[in-house]
Amino acid sequence: MRLRRLQLGLWVAAIAAMIIFAGTKWATQGEGVAETSPAFTPVFTLADEEGRIRTSAEFRGKFLLVFFGFTNCPDVCPTTLSDVAQVMDDLGADAEKVQPLFVSIDPERDRRLGLAAYTAAFHPAILGLAGTEAETQAAANSFKIFYGRENDAAAPDGYSMAHSPGLFLIGPDGEWLRQFTYGTPAADILSDLQSRF
Amino acid sequence: MKHFLLAAALILSAPAVMACETVTIGDLTIEHAWSKATIGAGRPGVFYVEITNAGSVDDALIGIATPAAGMPMLHETVVQDGIASMPHAMSIPVPAGQNVQLSPGGYHGMLMGLTTALKEGDSFPVTLSFEKAGEVTVNVDVLSLRAEGPDCADAGQ
Ligand SMILES: [Cu+2]
Repeated sequence: MRLRRLQLGLWVAAIAAMIIFAGTKWATQGEGVAETSPAFTPVFTLADEEGRIRTSAEFRGKFLLVFFGFTNCPDVCPTTLSDVAQVMDDLGADAEKVQPLFVSIDPERDRRLGLAAYTAAFHPAILGLAGTEAETQAAANSFKIFYGRENDAAAPDGYSMAHSPGLFLIGPDGEWLRQFTYGTPAADILSDLQSRF
Repeated sequence: MKHFLLAAALILSAPAVMACETVTIGDLTIEHAWSKATIGAGRPGVFYVEITNAGSVDDALIGIATPAAGMPMLHETVVQDGIASMPHAMSIPVPAGQNVQLSPGGYHGMLMGLTTALKEGDSFPVTLSFEKAGEVTVNVDVLSLRAEGPDCADAGQ
């Protein structure tokens, strides 16, 4: 009997520890990089869907919603792009203050498959960018995010991409404002943006 | 021939659009099967479903097959240390008395080598293979590219 109580106590302790661990993990993920990291200004130089070179400097004056992804990603990427599309719809007249960008981390394949048709299917306001490998790596470094190629014989073309699934908000002066972690509801992104206009 | 069969399957299932079909096999109930429209057939499609095990024996989803794709596979999206990847899932546990969802950001069927583009309003069959219960086929509703969950009145999302 005493043993059972001890066992029960241990279980309770173990479950409590798990909840606390999960809680802190969730909290750190929820805060993201934004609130803790000092201000920085990410930069990029990448070709758009038509092959024109676009740079971070030309978007000054607008808020940027930046998502790094690849179009062969049917699960995570459409969710975020759908949320961005919803936000753009719900912004109404304020939509002109926000430029959503989809930066391909798989630029060669995405250019071949067609980036414009992909971004347009979510929302006409979303601009797709696909640079060279070096330009893409430089942009990712500047945003302090990770992406990598994972060889996988079972994947299309023998590889898949791992990447940071966050959505990044850049201010009109080019400064990093915050990240919305994967799964942030469109309504939360919308109200955050509206609080900044 | 494969194309013809697929076309026939799509046409036959057309009147049952947004059917939100529920099928059962043994103690398993399979419902809310949906997919997202694709742009062309060059990129993989996706398959989501909800499985409830009302029995007292654990089971597992070990594979999927469909005429809509040459290489359908089970994947799991994993976000670890802020990095998302989607490794192959050898099997998806369906424990006794529990409800398991293949849903955005988690387990999903990855439909590689699409036979044809998936269009909103279409539906296509997917056969699920369970370790113990065996095989069962469900019709999958193709929703908008922007859909985030099944479009069923009773969808308990
Ligand atoms: Cu996948």
